Amino acid sequence: MSTLKIRNLNKSFGALHVSRDVSFTVPEGACHALIGPNGAGKTTLIHQISGVLRADSGQILLDGRDISDLSVSARVQAGLGRTFQITSVLPSFTVLENLAIAAQAKSGSSMRFFRDAAEERALNDIAQATLERVGLGSRAQIPAADMSHGELRLLELGIALVAKPKFLLLDEPMAGLGRAEGAALVTLLGDLRASIPMLLVEHDMDAIFQLAHTVSVLVEGAIVAEGTPDEVRASAAARAAYLGGDAA
Amino acid sequence: MMDRALVLGGIIFGLLLAAPFVLPLLGAGYLAGLLIKAMLLAIAALSLDLLIGHGGMVSLGHAAFIGVGAYAGAIALESGIEEILVLLAITLVVTGAVALATGLLALRTSGVYFLMITLAFGQMIYFTLTSLAAYGGDDGLTLWTMGTLFGSDVVQNDGGLYFVVLGMLFLTWWGIYRMSRARFGRVLRAARDNPARAEVMGYAVNRYRLVAYVIAALIAGVSGLLMMQHAEFVSPTIATWQHSGDLIVVVVLGGLATRNGAILGAFFVVVIEEVLGSFFTEWRLIYGPLLVLMVLYAKGGLSDLLVPRQTQGKHP
Repeated sequence: MSTLKIRNLNKSFGALHVSRDVSFTVPEGACHALIGPNGAGKTTLIHQISGVLRADSGQILLDGRDISDLSVSARVQAGLGRTFQITSVLPSFTVLENLAIAAQAKSGSSMRFFRDAAEERALNDIAQATLERVGLGSRAQIPAADMSHGELRLLELGIALVAKPKFLLLDEPMAGLGRAEGAALVTLLGDLRASIPMLLVEHDMDAIFQLAHTVSVLVEGAIVAEGTPDEVRASAAARAAYLGGDAA
Repeated sequence: MMDRALVLGGIIFGLLLAAPFVLPLLGAGYLAGLLIKAMLLAIAALSLDLLIGHGGMVSLGHAAFIGVGAYAGAIALESGIEEILVLLAITLVVTGAVALATGLLALRTSGVYFLMITLAFGQMIYFTLTSLAAYGGDDGLTLWTMGTLFGSDVVQNDGGLYFVVLGMLFLTWWGIYRMSRARFGRVLRAARDNPARAEVMGYAVNRYRLVAYVIAALIAGVSGLLMMQHAEFVSPTIATWQHSGDLIVVVVLGGLATRNGAILGAFFVVVIEEVLGSFFTEWRLIYGPLLVLMVLYAKGGLSDLLVPRQTQGKHP
């Protein structure tokens, strides 16, 4: 059983064809990377998978289930976790509360009006355990607004992990990270990918070569090359379109 | 650590509870009436704070629900229903239905568009009330009967009504505080801070906003019903968008999403209006600049002046 299957996705904004018949499959235990120059349609594709945008045609299957018509929140409930290209957390919440409220979404109804949510042990325990997992165990009580950029990236990943996703959508997780922070994140993602398959949209080629099993190259909305990182590096189409002088 | 907001709340309710036993010395009727008026304003303001402060939904049509509640009660009363608990049920059903219908549409928008659409709905309700010719139209309706509680007249004199209104104020204050700390309030706060993030945590954000919108309208409706019972009169002017604006002033002045802010704001406004109004007919000439100073120099509102928030540093 494959985990995420994209079938013939098409999307246009007026005359601009931003996704052209995009198809790929990310199997169990795999990390699939999506690369391409700016404006290739990577973010639009991510938006279609996560549900921010609806595709004009085509299907998105998660564990065999067609999720193409679900809302953003319903896709998350169905098991699709994601991180944002631009860091997105709840700045006025503490670090722990950011994770506790994410856990709350997966644990019974949130239409509860009386009991103090901050005192729910079960939620706080999941939150704390996830904090330890992403290496932020000691930062639990800090307001998220006071965290460094690198820590926020980890917190975001933690928010996605709390929901025990079946699949992770990572939109440029390395953006803006320093060398050491980036290396730590690569190690963390490397540990995760065996248990949670992931789609990685990234500019950082080192990270891609370390993490990805397979790579698709997106140019002007269409996939022009696909294969292992080494195959893609060697592919003329990919080099012409994207890697160019950068990887030579 | 002492919860100073709770202490302040305790002081406020302690004073309000003691007031009727002290006030007869000071000339009863007028002051009791003034306190009831302030408490009713506070109830409506607390409900608006649930929308604006906790939910980030700035509505310019909230006063319309006060109008709906008051008129639902008044019309039922005119048609012969006098039991106040039945009037309450009718008010809740009517206000809830109107809130659900307008909320479903209004919440398709956010920000300034939400402001506009709530303004439009509010004005539609206002003009509907003015067109009720059988119930006084523009002039409003003077009521010749009042609601009774199990046939008794305890809710008809200021004495009994005072405690009913105080009880409702306490319930609203306490209920909204509990709600803000519970799962529901946490989701509402997340949706206010970063709706896209809340969606990607798996929350259908608008469902929570709609529930908050309806709850706020129900509370406003009840305050309208009590207003009707107190004034023995209803008028469409309570539903105007200007009145919604006044409510926003009360909430911002008191301090958004604070425990006691809406109550402090309501009492401040009522007292200022009475005191300045007794000296000058053009009291708004002083009230206006006073508001400007408050907004510029006391950003957290009256609540922050009395109970500074512990997590934030002092303003420079």
